[in-house]
Amino acid sequence: MTVNPTAPARPVRTRGIEAARARQAIWLLLPTLIAIALVAGYPLYRTIYFSLFEANLTTPDQRTFVGLGNFWFTTEDGVALGFLQDPKWWGAVKNTLLFTVVSVFLETVFGMIIALVVNSTFKGRGLLRTAMLVPWAIPTVVSAQMWSYMYNDSFGLIGRGLLGGQALLANTDSAIWALIAVDVWKTTSFMALLILAGLQSLPSDMYEAADMDGASKWTQFWRLTLPLLRPALLVALVFRSLDALRVFDIMSVMLGNVNAAATSMTGYARQALIDNSLLGFGSAVSVAIFLIIMVIVVLYVTAFRVKFD
Amino acid sequence: MKKVIALVSLSAAIAVSSNASAVTVTLACGAVGQELQMCKEGAARWSKKTGNEVKIFESPNLTNDRLGLYQQQLAAKSSDIDVYQLDVVWPGLLAQHFVDLKGKVPAAEVNAHFKGILDANTVNGKLVALPWFTDAGLLYYRTDLLQKYGYKSAPKTWAELATMAKKIQTGEQKTNKSFTGYVWQGKNYEGLTCDALEWVVSFGGGTIVDSTGKVTINNPQAAKALDTAASWIKSISPAGVTTYDEEAARGIFQAGNAAFMRNWPYAWALGQGDDSKVKGKIGVAPLPSGGSRNAATLGGWQLGVSMYSKNQAAAIELVRYLAGPEEQKIRAIEGAYNPTIQSLYKDKDILAKNPFFGSLYSVFTSAVARPSGPTKSKYNQVSQAFSTAVSDVLNGKSKGQAAVAKLSTDLARIKGRGW
Repeated sequence: MTVNPTAPARPVRTRGIEAARARQAIWLLLPTLIAIALVAGYPLYRTIYFSLFEANLTTPDQRTFVGLGNFWFTTEDGVALGFLQDPKWWGAVKNTLLFTVVSVFLETVFGMIIALVVNSTFKGRGLLRTAMLVPWAIPTVVSAQMWSYMYNDSFGLIGRGLLGGQALLANTDSAIWALIAVDVWKTTSFMALLILAGLQSLPSDMYEAADMDGASKWTQFWRLTLPLLRPALLVALVFRSLDALRVFDIMSVMLGNVNAAATSMTGYARQALIDNSLLGFGSAVSVAIFLIIMVIVVLYVTAFRVKFD
Repeated sequence: MKKVIALVSLSAAIAVSSNASAVTVTLACGAVGQELQMCKEGAARWSKKTGNEVKIFESPNLTNDRLGLYQQQLAAKSSDIDVYQLDVVWPGLLAQHFVDLKGKVPAAEVNAHFKGILDANTVNGKLVALPWFTDAGLLYYRTDLLQKYGYKSAPKTWAELATMAKKIQTGEQKTNKSFTGYVWQGKNYEGLTCDALEWVVSFGGGTIVDSTGKVTINNPQAAKALDTAASWIKSISPAGVTTYDEEAARGIFQAGNAAFMRNWPYAWALGQGDDSKVKGKIGVAPLPSGGSRNAATLGGWQLGVSMYSKNQAAAIELVRYLAGPEEQKIRAIEGAYNPTIQSLYKDKDILAKNPFFGSLYSVFTSAVARPSGPTKSKYNQVSQAFSTAVSDVLNGKSKGQAAVAKLSTDLARIKGRGW
């Protein structure tokens, strides 16, 4: 009887503390939530709102409601006006997906190799780790311009020197591979850095034990390193994929705006919104890009059970 | 005491009135080298005359980027920029944001400009901007090389140009591996629209969309024009010509690595500069004919006053000064910018500095306008669709006939319910 009153009291008290902490947390988070609502939520709401209207960029006040007409609409004369009916949009989607899959795959493979090399102990390792980050540190616009000079067919190191006067960037089909090369060159080091951070959290005594048991380096990599590295690797993959899906600057600098619109979804959206001042149509495209990226994130997270903690 | 009060109020009144008259006007003009320099100097001359201050807003160099920025400024009804420099294809797009200069500028002053250019700046009876300088595509050639290979004059037809370019290229490449016959603007952007319109018109293929708004591009002459241009690539033009804009082409020509170049008049003054390897060896001629006529695309820039300007009166004065005969003469002499005022083409000082102005007068007056008038706010989409179709032919992705047929469908889609 003497124990009973105290027993239920404890959980009540902890629940009280937890509730108080939760309340406190909400108050502390409130400024951040308000800031997010203002800088991310409101523009998103406006974009979705405008995607349902036909409106011009220079006169946003004069708009007419068209429902989902910006997405899919065929006039009585059989003319298709929605962007989902535009083959150029699908070309941009195809090119963006190709760019994302190939560049992220190559970056992961090369990043892993570099991380494994840099993780082993040798002389000048610190220097190498710093040097590795140089491509990542150069602003993308600068490196893209640098590469487009290198691809130039009349004086470029690659265009003239290696390929003997071929203009890789002239044709969007060949340009996409040239762009993938630039992205891989630039971002592999970032990938390597993320993987290296994962590698360094692996316990070294585990490898000593594996050595004692006579496991080869190859087996150690496949049976120990890779499975333990999985969480870090997946987070890196998600980040890189999202980045690659919203790629814009490389295309814009190296191909110009018209061809950029045929090679990236964001370029297509920019062209509609800015060059053609189609505020409604461009917003609809932006909404579609948002949805595509969201679906891919959800797929990633559920299929690989990625944990962000 | 009364005297003191009177004196104080008088000086206060003077202070107020001088404050009201001296204002700061912001002028948006091109951002590179010579163009920016001349813009600054012109503004400074006006400043000195009137006591007003001019702030220069440096715009992006590429015309499409410039338009995007201007549209955002205007949509926000921003008063940051008072005077805008407008491309000849923009008035239809931006008319509602600009002050009607009709009635605000004396009629005689307005009518001194070429009628065709004034028409391009008039939207529904409203004079959106005053012409500042005009532009038309020209053929530049190397006088020394034509002589060396036994040619007496510039080519009259595209076929002649191809033959001459090939011969000179073959000869020159023996000593200079980078030498090429003909450079032009083949990158997929507004510049390609200008170049390709010249080919199509010169072959008698019409102007993409005619003045009534009908899509006319799907015809055999237009297809032939595009196929002809495609045949130049890798034979008389480098493969990379499909990534060149005006400056890339000029770079190659001015370095002495090309026999012919298509470009705008501005390239003349720069080619005669001390750093130019072809100084004194440049000839200028009308672009060749494809059998129908010689055709040059009309370009050029205008000055308009924003509706949202807080200093409209001063801004209009600045526009009148910059577009006036005195300033246009200085710009013609120093930068080879073509005047839009007819009488200046008889000016001796201008002709002495730019001998080709007189002989090519008809090129400037009969230049072909891009279909920005009939296609109104959808002009940019029309231009992109056209340059993309041309680009596909140049890159061997499609043949002329298939390209113009597809383009015709694309334009119908862009037209939708009407321009």
